[in-house]
Amino acid sequence: MSTDDIPKMSWWNRLAHPGQFMSWTRPLIWPLAAITAVLMGLGLWFAFFNSPADYQMGDTVRIMYVHVPTAWLSQFVYAAMAVSALGTLVWRHPLADVSMKAAAPLGAAFTAMALFTGSMWGRPTWGTFWEWDGRMTSTLILLFIYLGIIALWRAFDDQLRAARVVAVFTLVGAVNVPIIKFSVDWWSTLHQPASVFRADGPTMPASLLTPLFIMFFAFTLLFATLQLVAMHTEIRRRRLVTLERRAARGETA
Amino acid sequence: MTQRQVQHPIHLQTQDLACGRGDVALVQDLHLDVAGGAGLLLRGPNGAGKSTLLLTLAGLLHPLAGTVHISGADPDSGPLVHHCGHKNAVRARLSVLQTLRFWCEINGGGGLAPEAALERVGLLRAAQLDANYLSAGQQRRLVLARLLVSPRPVWLLDEPSAALDAAGQSLLIDLLAEHFATGGLAVIATHDEIILPQLSTFTLGGAP
Amino acid sequence: MTGFLGVLKRELRLALAGGGEIMTLVLFFIIVGAIVPFAVGPDQVLLARIAPGIIWIAAFLAMLLGLDRLFRPDRDDGTLALYRLADMPLAGVVAAKVIAHWLTAALPLILASPFLAMILAMDGPAFLRTLISLLVGTPALAAFGALGAAITVAVRRGGLLAPILIAPLCVPVLIFGVGAISTLGGPGQATSAMLLLAALSLMAVALSPFAAALAIDWTEE
Repeated sequence: MSTDDIPKMSWWNRLAHPGQFMSWTRPLIWPLAAITAVLMGLGLWFAFFNSPADYQMGDTVRIMYVHVPTAWLSQFVYAAMAVSALGTLVWRHPLADVSMKAAAPLGAAFTAMALFTGSMWGRPTWGTFWEWDGRMTSTLILLFIYLGIIALWRAFDDQLRAARVVAVFTLVGAVNVPIIKFSVDWWSTLHQPASVFRADGPTMPASLLTPLFIMFFAFTLLFATLQLVAMHTEIRRRRLVTLERRAARGETA
Repeated sequence: MTQRQVQHPIHLQTQDLACGRGDVALVQDLHLDVAGGAGLLLRGPNGAGKSTLLLTLAGLLHPLAGTVHISGADPDSGPLVHHCGHKNAVRARLSVLQTLRFWCEINGGGGLAPEAALERVGLLRAAQLDANYLSAGQQRRLVLARLLVSPRPVWLLDEPSAALDAAGQSLLIDLLAEHFATGGLAVIATHDEIILPQLSTFTLGGAP
Repeated sequence: MTGFLGVLKRELRLALAGGGEIMTLVLFFIIVGAIVPFAVGPDQVLLARIAPGIIWIAAFLAMLLGLDRLFRPDRDDGTLALYRLADMPLAGVVAAKVIAHWLTAALPLILASPFLAMILAMDGPAFLRTLISLLVGTPALAAFGALGAAITVAVRRGGLLAPILIAPLCVPVLIFGVGAISTLGGPGQATSAMLLLAALSLMAVALSPFAAALAIDWTEE
């Protein structure tokens, strides 16, 4: 079950074979990075110079252009991890392991960023850095789950074994995240009747929506780029480990 | 002795089997074929992969490549394999008899009664003793009793004779002979001499 | 079924013969609860208001404490390998262990909770609700705990990792558990919280043995 030299038959397996995967995705990285950079620059330009300040919140509304995309990614990355976990459990595919492992720190980073920008935004609007509002709270718990998964990855020496255990936990988490979200919403309305300001209400003018959408795609592409690079790194790292072990055995045997 | 007397002799076969820990193969391209009524002695230096191979045959480790196939047995009659590893699965605060009864309950009965099995391996007098007070050799005897209370056609024994005294060694040989006589098979990893006409020897990791 | 009962019997026997492990857990539970007044002050009104939360937190921590003995000793002495070759599904073994864990780590706490209720100045009806919510909610904690213990069984020093993994998953249990006690949102709220807690418990107890068995099978192979 090493990551290379497994004979594969179908086109899907050929595409998803780690070596093949490396060679057909390598040319994608630079174009993806370029598009990401362009979109990010464009979005930031819109966000800073070409969108109106909110009549209530003033310039602080511009935090939204980072906050909303990262908050979206915090959940999207978990969904990507859950799909990879399914790949690990059902097909025992080494590439699914790699994708799951690469996504975890990225998801944690985006979630932390969403929390950070959220509390930055909270200070001028709510008057406090942290409000036990339903969305913030469930994002915080999601961050704990991400960090737990990363800790679990690091606790195992044998990464093939780790992958299956992490996959089980990731799927259990995927079942639980909606329950957690529901319970936290229930809890926050119980303790403080809906007085919380909602930023993405339905009445958002187009002047705000355009930069938001651009940033949204920019961040999603940023994730795609980083994920690809991280997967390549992980595949190389695994090859290295395998080679090292072989060398060690070759010398001692 | 067993009602699991099989019409077709039981067969343990491996095809292109590779096994190991992690992704490093210790044993490769292994073709084994052991039929009921006979056994295989696994030999080889430390680290040759004897224990790993036994775990893989038991289905406790996933093979890196190839297959392990057990044929000729009734698939409805429950698990076919007994695996006795280095660890005796003996816990303090449970008596010898309680330990054996527990094994009988989770593995399914059908063989000797626990008391009779204890008598067979010479532990009846210690039945009420805390199992952790047994000596290493006595614990190995208790493990042998586990094979008797739940009859299964395939025995995979890892160093069964370690810590056994001379009487224990001959007890092991007697039990194996009975097992072969009822059509069972065994794969045994050992460094000791176990002399039985049904046993052939296979050496692992002889090369470089 | 004999196998299931056999595992249950063995677990209970080991726990009862275990030289006061249950006593230690109960003591921990009471001390955690009794230490809170030192931190927040002996104000009876305040204590009565936060008492349900304190009891739940104390129970949660005490149950996390007992997790490490769930699978690790079995792995160390080779019983886990035996379970994997037993004439019963591994999920059945885990289910028996969840029940045993609840009987030895949750039930004694519930029996000891009147003492905490008294020193935390709870009134009768509130205590009764606490008792029911503990009875309904702790099976979920036991099930999630077994899952965490199964996931970290192959990790050396997994003792600290399991609580970290499990705590976020237990947030809904705590929310609904305390929600079922407090009268903050009116009696309707408390009832719906109790029903949600029961649903959560049933789901966790029904599903976690399978997930835990999967995790054990795959870490060991």
